[in-house]
Amino acid sequence: MAGRGRGRGRGQLSFCMEAVGIAKGDNLPPSTIQPTALFPPLEHKPVPLQTGEEAEYMLALKQEIRGTMKTLPFYIRPVAPKKDVERYSDKYQNGEPSDNTIEWSPDWRRLPKELRVRTKRPLIEKTPAVPKQSKQPRVDKEEIIRKLETLEKKEEEVSSDEEEGEKKKTEEEEAEGEEEYDEEEFEEVRFALPFSQEENLCGTLQSEENLCGTSVLQLPVCVCATGNRLHHVIL
Amino acid sequence: MTAQEVRLCALLLQEHFGEVVEKVGTHLLRSGALNLRALVKKSLCVLVQHGMCTFGPGRRGPAGPLEYRVSCERILYMLRYPRYIYTAKSLYGDTGELVMEEILQRGQMTMSNTVRTVADRLTQNMEDGQSTDYNDVVTAFSRLVETHFLQRFSEVPESPVGGKGGVQMKMVTWVQELQRKPNWSTQRWESRAVHTHLCECIYPQHQPLRCNSTPPALSPQACGDEGIYWQVNVERFHLHFRHQAIISAVASKLDQTSSEIVRTMLRMSEVTTPANAAYTQAVSANEIFRAVPPSYNISRPILDQYLTLLVDDPMEFVGKAGDSGGGMYVVNLHRALANLARATLESVVQERFGSRSARIFRLLLRKRHLEQKQVEDFAMIPAKEAKDMLYTLLSENLVQLQEIPKTPDHAPSRTFYLYTVNQLPTARLLLQNCYKAVGNLIDRRLFETKENKRHLEKSQRIEAILGSLQASGAEPAQLAEVEEMITAPERQQLEALRHHINKLDSSENQVDETIFLLESYIKSTSCSR
Repeated sequence: MAGRGRGRGRGQLSFCMEAVGIAKGDNLPPSTIQPTALFPPLEHKPVPLQTGEEAEYMLALKQEIRGTMKTLPFYIRPVAPKKDVERYSDKYQNGEPSDNTIEWSPDWRRLPKELRVRTKRPLIEKTPAVPKQSKQPRVDKEEIIRKLETLEKKEEEVSSDEEEGEKKKTEEEEAEGEEEYDEEEFEEVRFALPFSQEENLCGTLQSEENLCGTSVLQLPVCVCATGNRLHHVIL
Repeated sequence: MTAQEVRLCALLLQEHFGEVVEKVGTHLLRSGALNLRALVKKSLCVLVQHGMCTFGPGRRGPAGPLEYRVSCERILYMLRYPRYIYTAKSLYGDTGELVMEEILQRGQMTMSNTVRTVADRLTQNMEDGQSTDYNDVVTAFSRLVETHFLQRFSEVPESPVGGKGGVQMKMVTWVQELQRKPNWSTQRWESRAVHTHLCECIYPQHQPLRCNSTPPALSPQACGDEGIYWQVNVERFHLHFRHQAIISAVASKLDQTSSEIVRTMLRMSEVTTPANAAYTQAVSANEIFRAVPPSYNISRPILDQYLTLLVDDPMEFVGKAGDSGGGMYVVNLHRALANLARATLESVVQERFGSRSARIFRLLLRKRHLEQKQVEDFAMIPAKEAKDMLYTLLSENLVQLQEIPKTPDHAPSRTFYLYTVNQLPTARLLLQNCYKAVGNLIDRRLFETKENKRHLEKSQRIEAILGSLQASGAEPAQLAEVEEMITAPERQQLEALRHHINKLDSSENQVDETIFLLESYIKSTSCSR
């Protein structure tokens, strides 16, 4: 059905012209080829506005509200200051834009906690206070102290027990998940350890951390002995 | 939310709260999601404070991040603030007006805050030496609360504020409690020093006072109403406006006395009728007779005649619901709103297309479906002109064509084509036009202000100079010299600008009245379904 209409009935419309009232040979207004003008001329002038005491009073109220809203702390101006040159006094004159947050503080019990903007004073910002630390200060301090003590012991005793070494490793693996700077300290320790561990290692031949250490130490032994008997020599 | 509404909301937000809040608000209106950055947080606080944004557990349940929703309607109500304040003024005087203004501007406030601010403002306007009694302000506030124009702001989901009825009861008892406190009734603020200090202490009322000076005897915490916030009950105002519209329609159609009778009926059934009801509660003629204000001097038989007239009127504002008690009468709220909306539509067509097109429009509204020929006959307009007008209305979408096929294959020569007007979709269309109109008005006003910014700033500066000179007691010659800094053509331009802006502003107010009518009608139809 659609195919039939398309092929044959090009000049036909979807509705009957007569039914809508357009007879044959009528003068139709010219068809519009372009979109309507942006400001078409008005044929009928609009009705004049209401005047009177009520209308004027409401007008005054409206303008007054607009004016006062701009002075209230709810009117948030975008904070981007346009400076041509950075000035020295800018460091000490930042007080004005932050006044808005201090002037109006809503009842924080009624608002979700995530909306609370913590005001940082500009001078205190320079202290290297990392917020992560504040979360677990006590836990870190104790662990740090413990680790430092064990490190001291390691340095004093060059040959340490196997168990201590393994304990160290487990502690290391735990500590890996924590603060980054802890790892830095431990990396140095780890390099120091394999050389002492190497001589005492009987059961475990292969360990991931000590691969570099083992190869270095094994070299002179491998050279002397034959390849087949390598493991015997080591043992 | 349509594009026009969003655009209007954006403009309103920008005007009252600044660009940042506008961007946040429009972003939330368009999508539903949220990003949290610092300025955005502040804007969200502002929106929540004013009741335009609500938050709650999001799509992932209580464990997931909070979701924020902005209510388009609530933002559009900002257009109506002057009307609310004017109504409060007409009902409760200047004090009521100031109370309403304060609460509207700040979104929500505690009672102590409001009373204090309003009293200060009143004192400022009065002569030096006099002072405002807090009692007046407290009475105005409590009356607003009792008539439900103000309501408790219960946003926190955990707080056990159960239903509006319960809240109202609490309000009344609590208000009485507050009035019993000795601090309130005896304080009179006469010294400026205490006044300014208190102004500083007003806002951070739930945190320890940041000012280091010793607080005065009446510190903000002593009032004992922390956490109880009040907001404006816009629904009550809308009810009031609807009643006003009905009463004025009756007054213009019939006469003053009948409008008085309808006003009495509405007043009596105000408290008992649920919101959005189609009819008010039935009131008997005996009750109406007793409740009508005595200044009108209506005798019983005349009242009965008036009631019969009202019932028989084709507008159908009043209906008879029974015969007990001398006759039970109701006011048909929804039908009245539908009639008012229809009158609005007809008048819009009349003003835009002429009275003959309006005649065709009214005809189609009454007779529902008409053929081309029938339209010409009934409207008594020559065929050619009728055709023209119908096509213009059709192109503006105010009139629709309905096809009724005679045969199953919908052949054009064997189908009826009927013109029809549907009131509800047409009302929606006009409502969107209204939003667009207000958006355009605000745009134009901002454009005009921006164009003449230089002039405005100059005139403001000169006014400031004049003010300071007058305060320091300068000679009239100096004042005249300063005034001459604005040249005559500049003065004319400023005058013209002020005139334009006033016109645009009052047009906004008037379009808002139409918006209110159409919105009420559309809401009433959705409620009844």
